[in-house]
Amino acid sequence: MITAAAPSPEVGTPAVNISIFVLFVVVTLVIVYRVSRGPSSASDYYTAGHNFTGPQNGIAISGDYLSAASFLGIAGAIAVNGYDGFLYSIGFLVAWLTALLLVAELLRNTGRYTMGDVLAFRMRQRPVRAAAAVSTLVVSLFYLLAQMAGAGGLVALLLGINSTVGKSLVIAVVGAVMIVYVLYGGMRGTTWVQIIKATLLVVGTAVITVWVLGIFGFNLSALFGAADASSSKELINAGNQYGKKPLDFISLALALVLGTAGLPHILMRFYTVPNAKEARRSVQWAIWIIGIFYLFTLVVGYGAPALVPGGAQAIANAPGKENAAAPLLAYAVGGTLLLGIIAAVAFATILAVVAGLTITASASFAHDLYANVIKEGRPEPGMEVKVARRTALVIGALAIIGGILALGQNVAFLVALAFAIAASANLPTLLYSLFWKRFNTTGSLFSMYGGLAICLLLIVFSPAVSGSETSMLGADVDFAIFPLSNPGIVSIPASFLLGIIGTYVGRREPADEERYAEMEVRSMTGAGSEGATAH
Amino acid sequence: MSATDDIPSGQGSPPADSPTAYQEVQRSPEFAALRRRWRRFIFTLSAVFLVWFLVYVLLAAYATGFMNTTIGGSNITVGLIFGLLQFVSTFVIATVYVRYADKHLDPEAERLRLLVEEKL
Repeated sequence: MITAAAPSPEVGTPAVNISIFVLFVVVTLVIVYRVSRGPSSASDYYTAGHNFTGPQNGIAISGDYLSAASFLGIAGAIAVNGYDGFLYSIGFLVAWLTALLLVAELLRNTGRYTMGDVLAFRMRQRPVRAAAAVSTLVVSLFYLLAQMAGAGGLVALLLGINSTVGKSLVIAVVGAVMIVYVLYGGMRGTTWVQIIKATLLVVGTAVITVWVLGIFGFNLSALFGAADASSSKELINAGNQYGKKPLDFISLALALVLGTAGLPHILMRFYTVPNAKEARRSVQWAIWIIGIFYLFTLVVGYGAPALVPGGAQAIANAPGKENAAAPLLAYAVGGTLLLGIIAAVAFATILAVVAGLTITASASFAHDLYANVIKEGRPEPGMEVKVARRTALVIGALAIIGGILALGQNVAFLVALAFAIAASANLPTLLYSLFWKRFNTTGSLFSMYGGLAICLLLIVFSPAVSGSETSMLGADVDFAIFPLSNPGIVSIPASFLLGIIGTYVGRREPADEERYAEMEVRSMTGAGSEGATAH
Repeated sequence: MSATDDIPSGQGSPPADSPTAYQEVQRSPEFAALRRRWRRFIFTLSAVFLVWFLVYVLLAAYATGFMNTTIGGSNITVGLIFGLLQFVSTFVIATVYVRYADKHLDPEAERLRLLVEEKL
């Protein structure tokens, strides 16, 4: 049937791929340089002065959210596992309703710069801010590492670089460019990078989608049939990946749908607009862009096995494995130039997401830990932004080192883990503080630290880390006593429960009533919240 | 421990008999009405989308036979239709909420905001 002949590891011309990517870097650097305005205030650095419009921020949110995992990962998962890959994109999209209905506007009205602003609003500042910073840093670092390691994986496929030194060098360059965006551009520059990247990504994917559909006479059934015929699995059927472990899938779905609204780098984007109405419009735009994009990936995912010579088997055998599906498809239908564009877009995607993560982590460290915990809310003027910039530098360096160390590791689970941590450590506390009057400091700490600890422990003892072919340590080491590869189904309810237990264990604080009144009125009306700063 | 609504305020805050501007508005019937309307709306929509998503997830996990039924001799399965309906429902719920909030929540919220900021 299908011959196992692997395709040539080098597709396209690395020179074309590199030139298009360099062009993207140069253009974005020029834009970052032009929009940045010398030394900036904290509000400028963290939120671009709350000056973006809803639609602009909606596009930027899509840029932040559609990571390489979404683009290459989901297309690849569909190409190799068919329908089960599609399940990811549904979870990733539906999750936005949680953000739209329950979180975005209230967060925008209540806070200024970080997730910690909202969580600590009516609690004791120092312990809650410290917890918020810890959880922000953990989630962002996991996410960051996954992106950087993904960059290393792409290099082999797209730039024809196979040596470890060469890959490390590319990771270092990606990290360095990202640091420049963040240091010089702050949130304004980073947001423009996201906007450009999201536009390129959606347009690039649209081109492939229309192309593929055109080949099949715009007949979806014919496309699915061809994909199905090219693979040893029945790609149109559910169950290829999760058929034997439905609980795994339910756990993952829960983490995805509740994790998005707890991701610090997504939450921080809601502060870049002047008010709650614009925050609402941002999410509305993001939902349409992300939804349409995932519909494209459905076509790309099925198109790859149908049109790449050798079918699903060739994709699974390619360097970069299933992540190669989208680039291989681009080459199959559009040749060198389309591959070059898609390759550059994939790199731009990693670059932009990494920049968004870095600015969020640095903001949380400088604003929550440095300014509010160490300096007790009274930092010297100008110092907070300086600390944020230095932190961004350190995080950038960590990302480069971590990315190089993680080369060749299977780190895909890190993104799902970041979602699970966000859903366990952040979302319950966020919802309780916004909607539950009785909730208090002890409840916040129980829920955040408890959710975080349970989540991390379960992951360490899960098949994601040891005991199976696909785990990080391989099949030889086996201490996987927890059966599921995603801890969400246990850790998320546990964190909600811990929030309740902590609340009743802890004492009621004197200023509760007053601060709760302020938080509730402010969150719903926007009274007293910081609007756009004048140019 | 039963919670009382009139805990004496701690140091540095006004005495309990002079509520802050926020507390005044929070205790007003207008604010209570807005909060009720708004919460009923978002909690209902949230319940709808979460239950519908959960049904879909359970079907995809446990009822693969049903999900893999092809429709009318094509390669389109019931599962695909259900998946696409998740996209449709997400778009619809988002649109419904944005319209409702723009029309029925924003004007009242804005009025209350001005009221608070006048008193601050």
